[in-house]
Amino acid sequence: MRTNNVLGILFSNSNDETLPELTRLRTMGSVPYGCRYRLIDFPLSSMVNAGISKVGVITKANYRSLMDHLGMGKAWDLSRKREGLIFLPPFVGAGTGGNQTRIEGLRSAAEFLANSKEEFVVMSDCNIVCNFDYRALLQKHAESGAQITIACRRGPAPLYNTLRLQLDESTRVTEARLTAAADSNALYSLNIFVLRKSLLESLLREANAQGAGDYEFIQRNVNSLRIFGAETTEHARVIDSLQNYYDASLELLQPDVRRALFVPARPVFAKSQDDMPTIYGLRSVVNNCLVAEGCQIKGEARGSVIFRDVVIEKGASVKNCVLMQGSYISAGVTLESVIADKSVTIKPGKTLVGARNFPLYLGKKIVV
Amino acid sequence: MQTQECIAMLLAGGQGSRLGVLTRSIAKPAVPFGGKYRIIDFPLSNCTNSGIDTVGVLTQYQPLELNDYIGSGQPWDLDRMNGGVHILSPYQQMQGTEWYKGTANAIYQNIHFIDRYNPEYVLILSGDHIYKMDYSKMLDFHKKQQAACTIAMLEVPWEEASRFGLMLVNDDGSIAEFEEKPKNPRTNKASMGVYVFDWKKLRAYLIADEQNPKSSNDFGKDVIPAMHGAGERLCAYAFDGYWKDVGTIDSLWEANLDLLNPNVDIDLSDPDWRIYSRSIPVPPHYLSEGARVQNSMVSAGCVVEGEVDFSILFPTVTAEPGAVVRDSILMPGVTVQRGAQVHYAIVAENTVVAQDARVGARPEEFEGNQDAWGVAVVGAGLRVGPGAVVPPQAMIENDVGGALQ
Repeated sequence: MRTNNVLGILFSNSNDETLPELTRLRTMGSVPYGCRYRLIDFPLSSMVNAGISKVGVITKANYRSLMDHLGMGKAWDLSRKREGLIFLPPFVGAGTGGNQTRIEGLRSAAEFLANSKEEFVVMSDCNIVCNFDYRALLQKHAESGAQITIACRRGPAPLYNTLRLQLDESTRVTEARLTAAADSNALYSLNIFVLRKSLLESLLREANAQGAGDYEFIQRNVNSLRIFGAETTEHARVIDSLQNYYDASLELLQPDVRRALFVPARPVFAKSQDDMPTIYGLRSVVNNCLVAEGCQIKGEARGSVIFRDVVIEKGASVKNCVLMQGSYISAGVTLESVIADKSVTIKPGKTLVGARNFPLYLGKKIVV
Repeated sequence: MQTQECIAMLLAGGQGSRLGVLTRSIAKPAVPFGGKYRIIDFPLSNCTNSGIDTVGVLTQYQPLELNDYIGSGQPWDLDRMNGGVHILSPYQQMQGTEWYKGTANAIYQNIHFIDRYNPEYVLILSGDHIYKMDYSKMLDFHKKQQAACTIAMLEVPWEEASRFGLMLVNDDGSIAEFEEKPKNPRTNKASMGVYVFDWKKLRAYLIADEQNPKSSNDFGKDVIPAMHGAGERLCAYAFDGYWKDVGTIDSLWEANLDLLNPNVDIDLSDPDWRIYSRSIPVPPHYLSEGARVQNSMVSAGCVVEGEVDFSILFPTVTAEPGAVVRDSILMPGVTVQRGAQVHYAIVAENTVVAQDARVGARPEEFEGNQDAWGVAVVGAGLRVGPGAVVPPQAMIENDVGGALQ
């Protein structure tokens, strides 16, 4: 399959409700992650690295930060005369609901779909941290003769709004269920789908007539369409809770996780910010930390993920924290298991302690 | 073509021969500086920050990497519909082909480029200085003074004054006299190599200079003295910020480490005066459990598991456990393996310092004649083999020792 014959679609607001703290002011796609990225960087870069040159980003609400981050798509080489990055804001009018569901989002984008000349469509959510190999998925789709291919993974299944699949020996999907039962070894959908554009359009018309939740088009058609599962063993984390976000962040301190996500041949692109490199001060002690550019670290930091432009003053101590862009940690502060959203200021001498299984979240611009 | 009030011409063709192996295959303005930048980022960013959006970059020596780096000019916001950045290389003409013979000749050969914008003023910059300067203020000064030429001037320490082109300045800001690297300086006001010219006047002097067979076609040696001699009004614009010519190994090393000194007036984190650069998509840097990093600058993609003190690490540098890096500059992609030591050194791109090798030495540990001590330099893409020693002040062009034992 020629990848320039494939249209990418990203749902920037999907599963926002699972991460209310971080998505109060932004989309799931623009949730900061991994020092210098936003979650959307992972699926978007993966698509670009697979040679997909046209990506529509479906938005629902609060997408200013997303637009700011993506701009014209320059950092992903998607600022193009032909194809490129296309924002798909909600289409408001009779019979539309402001892109509350994926189906609504796609319906809003009907004209964009109709005008696209690509034959195939790949769709993904933004809450999946993975350097996904779309080329392999597309190849599998072509080889299996599937009408729809769903990327899936085996392991502890996300509890929220996630299809669990049963496959036969030919990897055809025989059952697709939505369930919230805990299962540590389920085969679950990564919400990455490949199908022909014409099929997607006809499924949307069908959904129009019948009304549809996000995955009914899969569930209803398990028997009538050839739907296949493509199991991946790549590193992938579905972010669907604050705890999960915290764990997936600290996991970046493990070398094998970084190796899996930051593959030199398939780089993860992000908006460049022109910060100066990070400066470590005299007698700073920083161990087991992942650090972005533009920081000034004069105190102590251990086991933490530190975003751009963070200042940790002398005598401050930070442990197992996620400190987002512009956090200011004053002298004598002790922080443990804290997630500080952007531009949080901690005044001198304060101590804030969460736990590994209960991180303390500080909202954007809070002053403690 | 819309006209521009002022356009900049950036002289970036120099080899920078005093930087030795560092400019073996790249032009001096392309030499990495300050953790993530290249030298040319400073004048280019100054232009953007000063509101000058038309810049001609004159390249000649090893231009490939520099041209590639500048590209469309997008990182500096210089990809414009009207204006923007233009690479100007020597080209073939009806009368034959000529290299740029001197700084003035380089501008002379591009008169038609400047004429297209029909500017009132032309700003001449060079690509080998580290400084942050608002050229728009200098332009305002030039207009107010109604000068034919304004030269940016910096007061340098008296003991260093004899290394510079100096200016004796009258009370009204006009220049009385020039002294080129005098033995006994009468002033400490040095030229920074930044000029604003009235384009009509400069154009005439460039044409006259070209017709003078005795001229070396240089701004400092020929054109400006000619203007002075003809009684044109030349003024000096006082600049009092940080400025450093990074034309030698020692000054390049010093200027890099100046960035770690809070008392030095060059703040690269100022959001109102960003230094822009073309960056590569690499992950954040990681400091391991056993890392000891102090007093240093670390860029994206580095992995540090050893000890780093008073050093500048460019993107994707690796320092393995037990490696020691002190008072050094490691350019992009350098690897310092287990047990290797790097002291007072500049190691160029992608070079590997293998296990237990030693590059450079601390002055206090150096047993030879102190005159033979200096910053050690290892060129790009080389390998310093296991246990090999690179002495201080060495300039390494080829792989060293310990190869494939």
